[in-house]
Amino acid sequence: MDDQTPMDDVILDVRDLSMHFPVRAGMFGKNYSAVRAVDNVSFQVHRGETFGIVGESGSGKTTLGRCIMRILGPTGGEIAYASEGAGMVDLAAVEDAQMRDLWREIRMIFQDPQSSLNPRLPVIELVGQVLRKAEGLKGAALADRVAELLKSVGLRPEILHRYPAAFSGGQRQRIGIARALATKPQLVIADEAVSALDVSIQAQTLNLLQDLQEEFGLTYVFIAHDLAVVEHICDRVAVMFLGEIVELADTETLFASPKHPYTRALLSAVPVPDPRQRSDRRLRAAAPAEVTDTATACKFAARCPHAQDLCRRQRPQKRVVDGAEVLCHFAGEI
Amino acid sequence: MTQPTPIPTEPAPLLRIDGLKTHFFTDDGVVKAVDGVDLTVEQGKTLCVLGESGCGKSIMARSILRIVDRPGRIVDGSITYQAADGRSVDLAAMSPTSPAIRQIRGSDIAMIFQEPMTSLGPIQKIGKQIVETILLHRKMTKAEAKETAIEMLNRVGIPRPRERFEAYPFELSGGMRQRAMIAMALCCQPRLLIADEPTTALDVTTQAQILDLIADLKEEFNMAVMLITHDLGVVAEVAEDVAVMYLGKVVEKGDVYSIFEEPKHPYTRALLESVPRIGVKHAGRLPAIEGMVPHPLVRPTGCPFRTRCRDFMPGTCDVHQPVLQRHGRTDVACFLHNPVPAHG
Repeated sequence: MDDQTPMDDVILDVRDLSMHFPVRAGMFGKNYSAVRAVDNVSFQVHRGETFGIVGESGSGKTTLGRCIMRILGPTGGEIAYASEGAGMVDLAAVEDAQMRDLWREIRMIFQDPQSSLNPRLPVIELVGQVLRKAEGLKGAALADRVAELLKSVGLRPEILHRYPAAFSGGQRQRIGIARALATKPQLVIADEAVSALDVSIQAQTLNLLQDLQEEFGLTYVFIAHDLAVVEHICDRVAVMFLGEIVELADTETLFASPKHPYTRALLSAVPVPDPRQRSDRRLRAAAPAEVTDTATACKFAARCPHAQDLCRRQRPQKRVVDGAEVLCHFAGEI
Repeated sequence: MTQPTPIPTEPAPLLRIDGLKTHFFTDDGVVKAVDGVDLTVEQGKTLCVLGESGCGKSIMARSILRIVDRPGRIVDGSITYQAADGRSVDLAAMSPTSPAIRQIRGSDIAMIFQEPMTSLGPIQKIGKQIVETILLHRKMTKAEAKETAIEMLNRVGIPRPRERFEAYPFELSGGMRQRAMIAMALCCQPRLLIADEPTTALDVTTQAQILDLIADLKEEFNMAVMLITHDLGVVAEVAEDVAVMYLGKVVEKGDVYSIFEEPKHPYTRALLESVPRIGVKHAGRLPAIEGMVPHPLVRPTGCPFRTRCRDFMPGTCDVHQPVLQRHGRTDVACFLHNPVPAHG
């Protein structure tokens, strides 16, 4: 972590990223506080890997993804991105015009295939619009390219002129994936890409994402709340809680020996699909979430079963414990 | 419409569904959302109905309470409910607007939904809504009803219930709203709680709390629960009995251990294989079920699952309809296990 220069295989280097939303109140709309949706987050994503970001609703994982896409302008920090065309760029600081070019390299897959596809556009437009703009393709050339993309995501090319309403959720998500791949991106941010899908369709889609990654050498930032899915598809995982990364490790380490008490609480709350492994209910129920937003305490202290005086007095600093980056005073001891 | 029956010697199931068919008569054709479902819910037990979207599990549940929206209606079958006084009534034969079914809704059988705002009105205070439900079904004064409502809010784990009694639904978080809805459903101490995907929209830690809560209340009130879900983890966590649905039919049912340990129907097996599990590394790819659920208007002939089945037997599965038959500890509708009818 001392080495601040990005290594060769680092495609994304996020340093101290913050996204604070001002809360305005009163007659003159004075800022009296801020929601720290993303608070001092640092991590690196390596080329060709799947980097997972997990957390519950309100943890800031979606905001983080949107900052990387520059749908939101972060309020602090840097996002160094190794662009194919433009070398190293700081996504947090680039001009909008340049960002528009970079959106060919960095693409996004959304959770809800219902609302992320314009219902009034046929598939050829949904997938091909970006190609028309980026590469000036039209007519038969455009149709050929879109048909090819549809084939690569397992859809029949005959559907070119049909509208989203004609498709099931799983098929729409495939259209969304085809659209993301249209410009041959290097980095794909998948925000809850399989959460809205049925179990059997979810497995197909996960397999498709893995196939496409191998075929096109994609790097994924995979944002999700489903820990089992994240364990299945990710190489490394960051766990977010109230805007901070509380634990970051490779998938095996994180799931085999979670160090942060929040990671443990999260893992133990996941129902195991095996009736012989029913957890002891009394132990599992966590205290209701209470947000203690003070600058001088660990954010998890109010819910933490191991919290001590130190946790309520002092913000923990990132430490490396057995190969995992943990934001906890007592990681490794508890 | 209700006839007294002699009290049976063995405890009758609380709810018994036989050959239930609920069809939707749309302009494009008839959608057979529920197409011959047989199920029983035992007194004080938890039945999980497992299925993917479009399999008819919600419509089946809504059929029980007779709250299926037009153009859907029950076209065949019976729903026998064993009332507290020992009589049994056929809910399927009642009029959806009759006073008798209204008396059963809410007080005997209550339902909770994935989206709490389905049952909570947005412009009335939580407390008032619960009090209204109590006054409708139980003989109480307003003051008693208020105390009962506050006690109920407390029971479902809402902190500071006396204050929250005066809160509007929008002032509560998703998990708290879910709790308020459960409080409202349980305030008349129903004998059967139907929970339709009650935790699907919630975070895992909140989900764990809500599932615990339902399990606790079930024990406390000796209530039966029908929990509808697509999540195998939730099923494994709370179910005693499981029914697996596909395209409007129950394809397999049995106790939870048999379903998870010796699944017999290819669909049940495939479902169990296709979920990623924590701590189980699949080398590479998940064993996915190919294809997708057929369009509701274009149902396959014969077995509904045959278009996606790994064990599809041409000449059998596409010709005959399998029916549920007992095999070991589960009932299964599949020609891998059941004899093929000679002519059909």
